[in-house]
Amino acid sequence: MQLERRTDVPLRLVVSAPLAAVLAALVLAAGLIAAAGVNPLSAYAAMLKGALGSRLSVTELLTRATPLILTGLAAAVAFRARLWNIGGEGQFYLGALATAWVGHTLMLPGLLGIPVLMVCGMAAGAVLLAGPAYLRLRFGVDEVVTTLLLNFIIILFVGLMIEGPLRDPLAFGWPQSVPVDGDFRLPDLVPRTRLHIGLLFAIAAAATVWLVLSRTVFGIETRATGLNPKAAAFAGISLPRTIMGVALLSGALAGLAGSVEVLGVTGGVTTTMSPGFGYAGIVVAMLAALHPVGVVAAALFVAGVFVGADAMSRATGVPSFIADVIVALSLLTMLVALLFTSYRIRR
Amino acid sequence: MTEVLALENITKTFGTLTANDDVTLHLAKGEILALLGENGAGKTTLMNILFGHYSADAGEVRVFGAVLPSGKPRAAIDAGVGMVHQHFTLAANLTVLENVILGSEPLLRLRSSREAARAKLMTISQRFGLPVDPDARISRLSVGERQRVEILKALYRDARILILDEPTAVLARPEAMQLFETLRDMAKSGLSVIFISHKLHEVMAGSDRVAVLRGGRMVAERRTQDTSPDELAELMVGRKVERPRRQDHKIGAPVLQAEGVRVTDGDAIRLNDVSFTVHAGEILGIVGVSGNGQADLGALLAGLTTPATGRLTLDGIDVAGFGPRGLISAGAARVPEDRHSEGAIGEMSVWENATLERLRTPRFSTSGFVRRSKARAYAAELIKRFDVRGATPETRIRLLSGGNMQKLILGRSLATPPKFLLANQPTRGLDEGAIAAVHTELLAARAQGAAILLISEELDEAVGLADRIQAIVNGRLSQSVSADEADPRRLGLMMAGVWETDDAA
Repeated sequence: MQLERRTDVPLRLVVSAPLAAVLAALVLAAGLIAAAGVNPLSAYAAMLKGALGSRLSVTELLTRATPLILTGLAAAVAFRARLWNIGGEGQFYLGALATAWVGHTLMLPGLLGIPVLMVCGMAAGAVLLAGPAYLRLRFGVDEVVTTLLLNFIIILFVGLMIEGPLRDPLAFGWPQSVPVDGDFRLPDLVPRTRLHIGLLFAIAAAATVWLVLSRTVFGIETRATGLNPKAAAFAGISLPRTIMGVALLSGALAGLAGSVEVLGVTGGVTTTMSPGFGYAGIVVAMLAALHPVGVVAAALFVAGVFVGADAMSRATGVPSFIADVIVALSLLTMLVALLFTSYRIRR
Repeated sequence: MTEVLALENITKTFGTLTANDDVTLHLAKGEILALLGENGAGKTTLMNILFGHYSADAGEVRVFGAVLPSGKPRAAIDAGVGMVHQHFTLAANLTVLENVILGSEPLLRLRSSREAARAKLMTISQRFGLPVDPDARISRLSVGERQRVEILKALYRDARILILDEPTAVLARPEAMQLFETLRDMAKSGLSVIFISHKLHEVMAGSDRVAVLRGGRMVAERRTQDTSPDELAELMVGRKVERPRRQDHKIGAPVLQAEGVRVTDGDAIRLNDVSFTVHAGEILGIVGVSGNGQADLGALLAGLTTPATGRLTLDGIDVAGFGPRGLISAGAARVPEDRHSEGAIGEMSVWENATLERLRTPRFSTSGFVRRSKARAYAAELIKRFDVRGATPETRIRLLSGGNMQKLILGRSLATPPKFLLANQPTRGLDEGAIAAVHTELLAARAQGAAILLISEELDEAVGLADRIQAIVNGRLSQSVSADEADPRRLGLMMAGVWETDDAA
């Protein structure tokens, strides 16, 4: 028995791989749910109901999916160029912090201010990833390590800022930053829910990234660099320029996620505002096989798991940590599924 | 002579492709059989069936008279068949001894019997004349030495039939010749050997008998002493193949000139005081034993490195430090040494590969957006004009055979007639038909006035194509000799570093 490279990968296989991976992850997680003393089928039913059962739950799902689309895009863009950006979480927080900070002091009308604040968030995220990218290009420092460790540094830095200069004096000692000016809050998409127009921005970002990656010189050069850096260099593509461009784009997308979350949902920054959006973005990107359009679908799934798991937890008593387990398992099963889309087993 | 191996009526299909069609092959004790065929003729498939990697659709394999169960590599190993793959399967961070015993000792044992294994390895090493240091790490060994370890690994498992898949693909010529001597000695001591090759001179030099595969069928068997390279070439390709030869014509003005170029890498001097001139309509051949600076010369002329000192001019313009794209827009074209690692991006389509180095020119993009229909049309044109078989603009390039991939790379370099062409090992690993096609294209470019620098390790190729030849030794170039004065003895001396310096004292 051996693995053999497929000569061509049919589309149906590309599409069914993530579905199979998710199914496998759910089956595996069912074992854990059963171990918690609950019938997995009724648990999943509760989960489905919690994610899609009502208008409120659907809008909640979409609200959660919004930052996940952006962090998923950030990971997908970077991974395509083999730039292993594990720092989406840190870039998310720094983007959020920059937005809250500037948004508290900015004197501009709302319609002008919102784009300015988003650019601030993007710039913060981009700068944060530019550092590790530079270290890799100049000294060969592994960006997996630097971006991952920067996450902790940034979260601690955010903690420092909201205990200190950016502390909200009206929060009764609750660790929370000053809020952005009310003018800058993103309008609701559906009245009386948390869903805001940030979702549209995220979808537009996915479309733009798709266009850039598939239709521009930069997109093709990015892919070439990721697939075969040596041949790309031979063809005259500058590795430093490409990697730096990818780093700025990826960091900006993750920073935008933080910015949109502040403007649309939280108003200010706390050190617990992200339930791991940056890390989950990696799963989203992998489930999407690094395709920008797939990222939207994958983000909806992961958001559904998170939202549904809370409801399931309330209904059945299974700890909501099962959501993390399902998401993590689906990353592992997706990696296996990806193997089988490019290889087949031969006897 | 006793028969040790028989493949009877083997048939194997992959989908619609018949890789082996009713192939029968016998091997005697102490015999060296060459399995000759072009890429894709079914040689490797046949050997994989023998070794149990694939199971045949029909037919049987007998080793020492006993039928081998199909699809079980273990059974083949136990029966005494050893295989040395083209791409080595050694763990670089382990020692020779560790690699040899890897997989042949039981998994669940606390202490491996190193000393017994070492003694056995050394006995085999002496008996077959394959010297190794059992404690050397694989990563420190040369390619030739690594291959020796692969052979020892097979022998350690008591192989009495040794199969080598394209054993010389990675070896320089002297190493290859040494390998064939070793195989001879091994055959004398009772081993039987099958080696797979598509190189005629190797088959002639190294085998007792030749079996020729073409399109999955066994088309001929000859005793090596009764055949000739010409006959084998014809049998292998199925028609008469002749490599084209250079015709004399008038050469033009100097196009590419290097004067006293030195390339350094840290403290190491890669190219030392290199000077040469290539004229329009001329092919300058650079010959040499591999690893003498060919790669560095190639990198320099591809625009990947910049000379530390010296001048490099193209049509009188100093192009040192121009980079790949600068060189291309100055009229240079480049065929890289290794088409898989440098020339093409396997997972990308033919059209992307065809246009990648010119993607930023107005022809293929406007304001950052790729003109996809233009790029596809261009790729289709290359496919047609340079006879790239099995390709559409959308085909991922790794699916093309080596020869067709090379034709595409050559095509993208020649489609806009270049002033200067770097052809670095342009036919390495190609079969006869593809070699002839590449040579024809190079000579056509020469006839159109391109100045061509050909770096080659194949003397026949250099002598057949080049107007003048220089040898590269240790990063230095010899004086040039015209191809007519270049007899093998003189080239051999040049490649060994012995050349007359005409000092103007």
